[in-house]
Amino acid sequence: MSTDDPPGTHAVELAGITKRFPGVIANADVNIAVRAGTVHAIVGENGAGKSTLMKILYGMQRPDEGTITVDGTRVDFHSPADAIRAGIGMVHQHFMLADNLTVLENVVLGSEPRAGVGLDFRAARKKIREISTSYGLDVDPDRLVDDLGVGERQRVEILKVLYRGARILILDEPTAVLVPQEVDELFGNLRELKAEGLTILFISHKLDEVLSVADDITVIRRGTTVSSVRPGEVTARQLAELMVGSALPVPELRESTVTDEPVLQADGLTVVTADGRKVLDDVSFTIHAGEVLGIAGVEGNGQAELVETLMGIRAPAAGTVRLKGEDITRLSTRRRREAGMAYIPEDRHRQGLLLEASLWENRVLGHQTRPPSVRGPLLDRRGAKADAQRIVDEYDVRTPSIDVAATALSGGNQQKFIVGREMTGNPVVLIASHPTRGVDVGAQAAIWDHIRRARAEHLAVLMISADLDELIGMSDTLAVILRGRLVSWVDPKSVTPQELGSAMTGAGDSEEVA
Amino acid sequence: MSRLTPRTVLLGLAAPLGALVFAALVCAVILIATGHSPADTVQAMITSGKRPRTLVNSLNSATNYYLSAVAVAIGFRMNLFNIGVDGQYRMAALLAAGFAGATWIDSVPGPIRIIGTIMVAMIVGAAWAGIAAILKVARGVSEVISTIMLNAIATYLGQYLLLKLAVPVAGSNNIGTRPITEGGQIPGFDWPGSTSKVYGLVILAVLVGVVYWFVLTRTRFGFDIKATGMSESAAVASGVSVKRMVLYSMLLSGGIAGLVGMPQLLGSSHSYSLDFPAGLGFIGIAVALLGRNHPAGMALAALLWGVLDNAANSLDVAGVPKEIVAIMQGVIVLSVVVAYELVRRYRVRYEQQKVGRELGMTRVPAAAGVGA
Repeated sequence: MSTDDPPGTHAVELAGITKRFPGVIANADVNIAVRAGTVHAIVGENGAGKSTLMKILYGMQRPDEGTITVDGTRVDFHSPADAIRAGIGMVHQHFMLADNLTVLENVVLGSEPRAGVGLDFRAARKKIREISTSYGLDVDPDRLVDDLGVGERQRVEILKVLYRGARILILDEPTAVLVPQEVDELFGNLRELKAEGLTILFISHKLDEVLSVADDITVIRRGTTVSSVRPGEVTARQLAELMVGSALPVPELRESTVTDEPVLQADGLTVVTADGRKVLDDVSFTIHAGEVLGIAGVEGNGQAELVETLMGIRAPAAGTVRLKGEDITRLSTRRRREAGMAYIPEDRHRQGLLLEASLWENRVLGHQTRPPSVRGPLLDRRGAKADAQRIVDEYDVRTPSIDVAATALSGGNQQKFIVGREMTGNPVVLIASHPTRGVDVGAQAAIWDHIRRARAEHLAVLMISADLDELIGMSDTLAVILRGRLVSWVDPKSVTPQELGSAMTGAGDSEEVA
Repeated sequence: MSRLTPRTVLLGLAAPLGALVFAALVCAVILIATGHSPADTVQAMITSGKRPRTLVNSLNSATNYYLSAVAVAIGFRMNLFNIGVDGQYRMAALLAAGFAGATWIDSVPGPIRIIGTIMVAMIVGAAWAGIAAILKVARGVSEVISTIMLNAIATYLGQYLLLKLAVPVAGSNNIGTRPITEGGQIPGFDWPGSTSKVYGLVILAVLVGVVYWFVLTRTRFGFDIKATGMSESAAVASGVSVKRMVLYSMLLSGGIAGLVGMPQLLGSSHSYSLDFPAGLGFIGIAVALLGRNHPAGMALAALLWGVLDNAANSLDVAGVPKEIVAIMQGVIVLSVVVAYELVRRYRVRYEQQKVGRELGMTRVPAAAGVGA
């Protein structure tokens, strides 16, 4: 490791950690030494093995080989409980909070302070206030979690871990769900924690953030540690190339291919949930042939409802959807697909694939009424297989054959297959929710290429993404969605991720839609 | 799952065979614990099983069980639990018996009568299942609850209707529908050495199995059923109308359930009476589970069930309580469900490993360049 410090000052030392898994890249001979009282970033692509490594450190997985040392003592964790006892706490990427409980109740859940037979909430409240003040977390123990924003929820998660006495915090992709402003706040909190002597392991693949907050950086590629650097020594670009092992693709559109032919038009779309909440409020837009409309927004602001309404999975309370001028508001999902609407769903495991069915059967999915996968009321197995093979070849899906179950493929290859399937049959509209989420850099570049090519051939695209660079780089037009409304339209050629982030949180409400 | 390699075949057989062996062991333990000899029991069952009469009866039972299992399996494929096959076939058999036994129909040509009877049975079965389907589609009522309740309703409604339709059965205190006259009956096949005949409608069961296989694996409709069963959310995103599929598959399931009583009605009893077999719908659930909803698997399972049931009758003679067979059947079903899940998990893992191996990804990544 790149530290010259005497061994005793290491809060955590991982030596020779190896973990083998079926089918996926595991960890191989990982060596990391984390200095006490620092923020140590672990960077690597999706699937490089960062999460597995952290699960090993947190006792959720056991390594096949290698040793873990915490504060100079060899440890052997059998469960997260062991890790917590050793002072290690983990803040997961997806929050694990009960919405209908207060912050206090959430924090004590599982380690309730007892006073005889009852619960000693007063002591707990006092302790939470102390922790909150001393680390500048600014959390009110009596607020309902349901009322908290994403950034606040994350601070509750951190508080939960501190409450259990953690001195070493693992943060797994903590910024993935945050907008830039919230990221800055988080980093402020991390610096305070560090100042109080806590050690932080920060997992990320966002390099600018890593460079701004970390004291040490360890790069993981294909399951192993490839180098350890200090932020002052490298640029984001160099770091990225260490991570990928090669040069990076950039999301960008070359010349505009936007035509004046409207393809998909939404007019006053409003969606109301069963309990009467407006999750989509008077949304209107037009996407022309050859145009990519990007929708930026913090997750949960109506994107999922918008996509499902456009695809006919959800019925709007008001408003119309028109495809090439024709009203399709009442059309079923199947009719819409037949009319040329393609759909890359946000959650490929829930909506994009039949995980335990073969790849060629997955080729049929969404094309149940269209050749080459069917002939009349019958399945055309040969046609479906041939076309599945074509997708595998053209979209570089790494699979031994089209007969294996979809679940056996890696996430990136599953996504490439879905993109290939949805691009089949000359769609006129593509609804793409997070088209490159969780795929590696190579697959990301390939997916962008396919979208660009289809756009040049007059495909209209609605793209939703949490990756602001992707949105800015790939959109012809960019709208911001907030609490179910399109609150502003920005020019992707001039907007910066910072400005977009402000608009997403509602900080820059000035540019109201005309 | 169209890949037939020795390994997949072996995996497919591992679970049911393992469950059978396990069930046999459990029964042996119970027999020994209650002071009976497992060897004698097996001997008694084999001796009985070799009799032509037992074989014919087993085949006939299996025919009923198979039809019932297919009806259940159509629902299972979509994660629908049609517990109501029992009520559906009893209502169907009763009304079909009333139709086929009516006096006015005696003059109608035989083939038309038979086809008409079968149609009536299917329509009644589908209608009875349709009640549960409509409740589920329109009001979100769980089909498990509604079909169970419909079974109870079928029992009482059946008794009421039987009183309306019935004529006394000569020489007993039984009552039943007017017997179907010869033109409306389906003759059975002779079996050497046995006075009982094999149901003519065994052919119908085979036909139903073939159609079931074809529809599920070769048609668009079957694909939609399979997709809905595997992942409802993915099916919806692909354009499947789940409500419509629920309605159709429940109606189909009920229609097939309507056939369950037909081999018995048209082939041997010729009348629906108080002693018409009940409970076939529940046996169908067990057979469908054991046969993994597979047309051939269910056929084997139905035969096994038929043989066990009919061999059980001879156990009392040998001094062994015949309830041991019910215990065995219960243990088979329980252990087979566990075994299938284990095999399924193993299969997923094995396939992931295989893909990993073939793509060269499980190799230990080169441990080069570790920052020193």
